[in-house]
Amino acid sequence: MATADAGFGLPRWAVNGLLPLVNLVAAFAVSGIVILILGESPVEAVVALVRGAFGFREAWGYTLYYATNFIFTALAFSIAAHCGLFNIGGEGQGYIGGLGVGLACLYLDVLPFFLLVPVAIVGGALFGAAWAWVPAYLQARRGSHVVITTIMFNFIAATVMVYLLVNVLIEPGQMSPQSRDFAEHARLPAMHDMMGWLGIDFPRTPLNAAFIWALACAGLVWVYVWHTRWGYELRTVGANPDAAVYAGISPARNIVRAMVISGALAGMMGLNEVMGVNQRLLLNFTAGYGFVGIAVSLMGRNHPVGILVASLLFGALYQGGAELAFEMPRVSRELVVVIQGLVIMFVGALEFLFLPAFRPWLQKRRQAASAAAAAAEQE
Amino acid sequence: MKRILFAAGMALLLVAAVGAEEIKPAVVFDMGGKFDKSFNEGIYNGVEKFRMETGIEYGEFEVTNEAQREQALRNFARRGYNPIIAVGFGQAPALDKVAAEFPDTSFSIIDMVVDQPNVQSIVFKEHEGSFLVGMIAALASETGKVGFVGGMDIPLIRRFACGYEQGVMFVNSDAQVYQNMTGTTPAAWNDPVKGAELAKSQFDRGADIVFAAAGGTGLGVLQAAADGGKLSIGVDSNQNYLHPGSVLTSMLKRVDVAAYDVFKTAMDDTWEAGIKDLGLAEDGVGWALDENNDSLITDEMAARVEAARAAIVAGEMSVHDYMASNSCAY
Amino acid sequence: MQANRDVSVEVVKGSIHGIIGENGAGKSTLMSILYGFYRADSGSVEIDGRTAAIHSPGDAIAAGIGMVHQHFMLVEPLTVLENVLLGAEGGPLLRDGVRQARDDLDRLERDYGLEVDVDAAVGGLPVGIQQRVEILKALYRGAETLILDEPTGVLTPQEATDLFRILAALKKQGRTIILITHKLREIMAITEQVTVMRRGSVVADVRTADTSREHLAELMVGRKVLLRVDKGAAQPGEVLLEARNLEAVDDTGVRRLKDVSLTVRRGEILGIAGVAGNGQSELLEVLCGIRKPASGELEVNGHVLWSGQERTDARRVRRIGLAHIPEDRQRMGLVTAFTAGESSILGYQGDAAFNGPILLHRRRVVSACQRQMHEYDVRPPDPLLLSSGFSGGNQQKIIVARELDRDPEVLLIGQPTRGLDIGAIESIHRRIIELRDRGKAILLVSVELDEILSLSDRIAVMFDGAVAGEVAAEDATEQLLGGLMAGLGNN
Repeated sequence: MATADAGFGLPRWAVNGLLPLVNLVAAFAVSGIVILILGESPVEAVVALVRGAFGFREAWGYTLYYATNFIFTALAFSIAAHCGLFNIGGEGQGYIGGLGVGLACLYLDVLPFFLLVPVAIVGGALFGAAWAWVPAYLQARRGSHVVITTIMFNFIAATVMVYLLVNVLIEPGQMSPQSRDFAEHARLPAMHDMMGWLGIDFPRTPLNAAFIWALACAGLVWVYVWHTRWGYELRTVGANPDAAVYAGISPARNIVRAMVISGALAGMMGLNEVMGVNQRLLLNFTAGYGFVGIAVSLMGRNHPVGILVASLLFGALYQGGAELAFEMPRVSRELVVVIQGLVIMFVGALEFLFLPAFRPWLQKRRQAASAAAAAAEQE
Repeated sequence: MKRILFAAGMALLLVAAVGAEEIKPAVVFDMGGKFDKSFNEGIYNGVEKFRMETGIEYGEFEVTNEAQREQALRNFARRGYNPIIAVGFGQAPALDKVAAEFPDTSFSIIDMVVDQPNVQSIVFKEHEGSFLVGMIAALASETGKVGFVGGMDIPLIRRFACGYEQGVMFVNSDAQVYQNMTGTTPAAWNDPVKGAELAKSQFDRGADIVFAAAGGTGLGVLQAAADGGKLSIGVDSNQNYLHPGSVLTSMLKRVDVAAYDVFKTAMDDTWEAGIKDLGLAEDGVGWALDENNDSLITDEMAARVEAARAAIVAGEMSVHDYMASNSCAY
Repeated sequence: MQANRDVSVEVVKGSIHGIIGENGAGKSTLMSILYGFYRADSGSVEIDGRTAAIHSPGDAIAAGIGMVHQHFMLVEPLTVLENVLLGAEGGPLLRDGVRQARDDLDRLERDYGLEVDVDAAVGGLPVGIQQRVEILKALYRGAETLILDEPTGVLTPQEATDLFRILAALKKQGRTIILITHKLREIMAITEQVTVMRRGSVVADVRTADTSREHLAELMVGRKVLLRVDKGAAQPGEVLLEARNLEAVDDTGVRRLKDVSLTVRRGEILGIAGVAGNGQSELLEVLCGIRKPASGELEVNGHVLWSGQERTDARRVRRIGLAHIPEDRQRMGLVTAFTAGESSILGYQGDAAFNGPILLHRRRVVSACQRQMHEYDVRPPDPLLLSSGFSGGNQQKIIVARELDRDPEVLLIGQPTRGLDIGAIESIHRRIIELRDRGKAILLVSVELDEILSLSDRIAVMFDGAVAGEVAAEDATEQLLGGLMAGLGNN
């Protein structure tokens, strides 16, 4: 019977691969029209964008650096999403997580490097988790919607950071509210340094060891969500809270657990920015990565592999976009944001725009395949 | 790799072929963007003037996040742009790294000192200019109370405030100076509503003249003064024309001239690394007198201010710099 | 999938025509085509000898076809009148339409005995009356032919009788009625002609007078079926579940259980009868550890629950030997977005058999599920298929397999055969009897009176949150239970 089930009656490769790809092409097509109106060649623009993102090693460095942030914030969003929660607070959790990292680097730098790194990671995770815990508790025990509370906590985070940086952590005599630079050993090694140790020449980019930790986190999230009983319970609460209660799984406890993990992951974005790139605490280092992470996660179907791919895409858009603005002065930075917005809109919000166009074709394919299988069986 | 080598080679060739008469300048604006009605826009006006006069195109980039500052500077340097202007103190750490990587490229940074052999650091003696407008304020005030509205509370703005205060006190040691900062974050540069509120509260306390050193926020201050029939003092560029008859004068900080000069000297091959500290003597700061405010400035006022100016230029008088001691004790 | 294959049905004007078949036989698809929800790949619909092009429900209404859905399509906060008017307002201003509708409704109500207070909000009306509103809606739009999809699923026996009286009146006025149902009794009671469907095709089209329940059942399933459950006398042992004076309130603070006392002994089935929504769901929730009772005592398999000494939740109650097959398998019994394997450990996800210190071993889960699927004949026996991909009967088998796999002593069973076809019902009924005979204590909640009557050893009837009466199975009749269910008499 032709019922509308969750898979839309389509094979997984179509839902997870074909549709996003088509949407991406559509987004670029619309962007191309805008660029054409500006009097530039869309083809050249795309070439500049792709080359700027992947064409040389420094481009790769920047692309992967942006991707690192997106991996963390998207993983953060995805784990909450698996529990049925829409955590918009990645921005604030990442901000406060960065504070945790920064405090560790500023005040515990008597520790040697190999101890300081885990301490900073734990610090970032704890601070991010704590920032997510309050909305989580309010949702679990008081029914205050996390969408509302996490948004508000983003604002509170921003205000707290301003207060701390302006009044407490600021390096005296500094123009902008920022802390002193971290000690040499309180920084994550940059990729060009690490490659240097291996004797490989790599250009100087913000890409640093946090990228490796991001990949590890993607693996850990995958194991946790799909290969532990806690992940099972978390997904049960997200997919069907009634079934969870029936199974003796406490939705409240899992909501808190999911949000705390989510906040900790978002806090790792602070690790990349604070300990890896800026090497000091400063204002607004989150730069919207927490929000973009939502789009990345949705595009990656909340799955770590999808998130890695989508993060790479968004990293490429950020880096390639900067190069594009560089190559074509008429393509302003605002237009680059427009292109990024179009991609988010097509891939995220208009996810199934092209589904009707493909359904008949895919169903025909499937019927043909099953008919062939049936024929083979009869022989 | 081959391609990078090739590009680098091309860049060298270009530089060699073009020689001294044709330069390939670039400017990296900071996060505010080139149309921020304030600091970045001043730079923009300067480099645009250069382009109009010489016909030489320049490269430009507006950064949108921290990481892009270093990237943009390096990008321009690698492509053979020379000289390159880094706008604003925020770019100092990035420039410090990139300047070391490209020792043959000339960099100029505005509003901050970066200690590298190929960097020209352009800073302004804002306290000297502020001293003069402080004098003018004290001479024009009828209540003996004047105000100051700063943008973001940073040492640079306190330097404005401190010079202003000294100027006021120099004329009238019984005068009162009200000081308010709009905020502690970069948002304070662009909050005209709050600027207007602060100005009004100072008027309510009896001030009749207010000096705004607050970027876009200052527009609100000037508006409040015009609406309330009070006087205001503009900043950075000549803002006298905004509300003729209400803007008493403007404290000029010639970032446009500075940016223009960077390109111009590079073209003439007279560009030099090192610190350029632009004060009254160098015409880097000053006060504005034009047809919009000449009715407000009496000859006697102008004479006294010019005398003080001459004394400072001659070194007979000095204005305390807040940033020298991080305090306004003079 | 081909849901309908070369189906030809002829319905005589002014008759009541039954369409019967198991779930998934294609009845609903056929009616959806008729009502314009789906479009047929080939074939035609003729009304009064003329070909009608029906591409949307609007076309169907224009062609004089009305439909009463199984799940009502009503806007609850609106009044009856407003609901009837919806989509037929007759102009931008409501006033004229309202006056017109009021007159028309008065006439329709008089003609067919469809008494309804037209100014009452629909949400506050009993389901039987809501169904009348649906019928009124269809008639108001000028339906000559009325399709009713499983109309008695939500009704008490008395309400069902009322409905049939209305249908008879409609027929007398020359309207045509198509009744879709899986209940043989209803077909026999009011139809003149019956079409039997199986696997998308029409397998028989017979005059009701010429057939019998057994014959129709055989046609539906495709083999001989036993309509009665064979069971020996119960051998009750000691009490395994005892509830005393249970009271419970729901999340909005409404009292849902009122002084409920029950016992279930080893080796017997206690049936809980009642119209849906009279506290059965809350009773199950309290017994299985989901809902905390406001007062009262509960003892299961020698353990006192909800006493305050030890925290009670569904997990602990499972551990003391109680299994629960929930009323709503899609909402509670499994997670439709999970694979069958994942659904097969719901509630047992912490079992040592599946878990290492950290990892949940999916391979062990899958192999355990595979074994259960073979034991309980789940089709297709594929643990990696999504739970939503199984038919209702197979979903129920997955749940039954899971709950029985750990050999519980006490079994709570809610609506075990809701929406299942006769074949599946038969096997599940057999298994419940078998469990009783193995000495389990079973509490069975069902709104299907037939099911209660054929399985239970004792029957308790719930009405408005209280036990309205308890009778031994031998003494129970449909009239007696029906009265109790409607809150009329007591014994």
